[in-house]
Amino acid sequence: MSQTTTKSEPKEALFSKKNVKLLSDPLNGSNPVTVQVLGICSSLAITVKLEPAIVMGVSVLVVTAFANLITSLMRNLIPNRIRIIVQLVVVAALVIVVDQILKAYVYDVSKQLSVFVGLIITNCILMGRIEAFALANTPWKSFLDGIGNGAGYAAVLIIVAFIRELLGSGQLYGYQVVPESWYIHNGGWYSNNGMMLLPPMALIVLAVLIWVQRAKFRQLIED
Amino acid sequence: MNVNSNSYTYLFSVIMVVLVAVMLSVAALSLKPAQDANIELEKKQEILKSLGVEVSREEAGGAFDEFIKEQIVLKGGQPVANPEVPAFAISMADAVAKPSDQREVPLFIAERDGQTFYIIPVRGKGLWGPIWGYVSISSDGYTVTGATFGHKGETPGLGAEISTPVFTDQFPGKKLAVNGAYQGIAVRKGDASGDHQVDGISGGTITSVGVENMLNDCLQPYIAYLLSRSASSAPAEAAAATSDTLISAL
Repeated sequence: MSQTTTKSEPKEALFSKKNVKLLSDPLNGSNPVTVQVLGICSSLAITVKLEPAIVMGVSVLVVTAFANLITSLMRNLIPNRIRIIVQLVVVAALVIVVDQILKAYVYDVSKQLSVFVGLIITNCILMGRIEAFALANTPWKSFLDGIGNGAGYAAVLIIVAFIRELLGSGQLYGYQVVPESWYIHNGGWYSNNGMMLLPPMALIVLAVLIWVQRAKFRQLIED
Repeated sequence: MNVNSNSYTYLFSVIMVVLVAVMLSVAALSLKPAQDANIELEKKQEILKSLGVEVSREEAGGAFDEFIKEQIVLKGGQPVANPEVPAFAISMADAVAKPSDQREVPLFIAERDGQTFYIIPVRGKGLWGPIWGYVSISSDGYTVTGATFGHKGETPGLGAEISTPVFTDQFPGKKLAVNGAYQGIAVRKGDASGDHQVDGISGGTITSVGVENMLNDCLQPYIAYLLSRSASSAPAEAAAATSDTLISAL
């Protein structure tokens, strides 16, 4: 997919089969987290509760989508020798804007996410998608690819956070779902799994997720 | 146009950097009022929490005006008549960097259910970064009625526990003075039933010691003023308080 071929392509429908595949692939067979194993660091750190995980997922989605879009718009203007710097500036600027918006409108969540919003800049998914896709594809395709990969990342985050919050604190999105009367201190038999709150369990949950996915899509299994 | 020539590369970088800088400045400036409002409301929320008033951040502004009757600035234990910085705007981070007699520190005077409370901001060092909080003191000038603590990045599950009720619920009823002289609250290991002790956090020793140092450092300069103020405003109550302290000292 070189620049020249994509430019000379005949006009295709906005949601042609190929374009929809750009959106859906990262959610299945080429998920950035479980298959390409990118962006692991933040998916371990902020999946203790659902709310920050959702906000983080959405933030990354917005940043990947627009970073891809902007880079793709400029792809023929970017001097090749400084392209990594240009990509970093685009990503960093977007991340700072997202961080400022979170601080202004969802202050509590931005406090929970703390440094991890800033660390979106270093999320490999972003640089990976810009370098591998946006620099060589049209803006609309790149935008879709960004949304797809952001959504693939967000989906993994939300699944891991769902499991960790449910088993670790008996809650979902901050609401108690395990009945209070089940707990040992209320005379019941149940106790939260404190291990779930620690990062190593996120790694294990993620590994189980990868296992489940590999078992379902056998073509993903490497030799 | 050769996009790989040197001059083009320079031109591109300069234009890009200027554009991005302008965009970010606009974003930062236009969002600053909303961010500052959040920080201010959070501070009000924390102050009210030490008073035992739990409100959401949206309600904090109104509730703060309702409960906080007076805000004064103290320097060396004496009120400052015309402080340069109003009490609410004082940065405790800057204040605690100075020796205690040169600090200008705020004192919030609250009224709740007809009772007067004094609320003192505290700030110090934990293990990883700053810790802070608010201590509310009853009208006698030395009995703690509540405390809240916050931290920047203490270890979750260990030092970070200082901001949970498990730790802060120990403070109500503790005393800060004996016979009119300051005596701080020690954060101890094990038994902490005394009037001047609270139980520290297992595994969070350095944070616990940080809390103790912070309380000593920040509360001491207030106590003489609070005791004299409560003595002048309610002599009978103060007399009773002195006999209480005598008994507890015996």
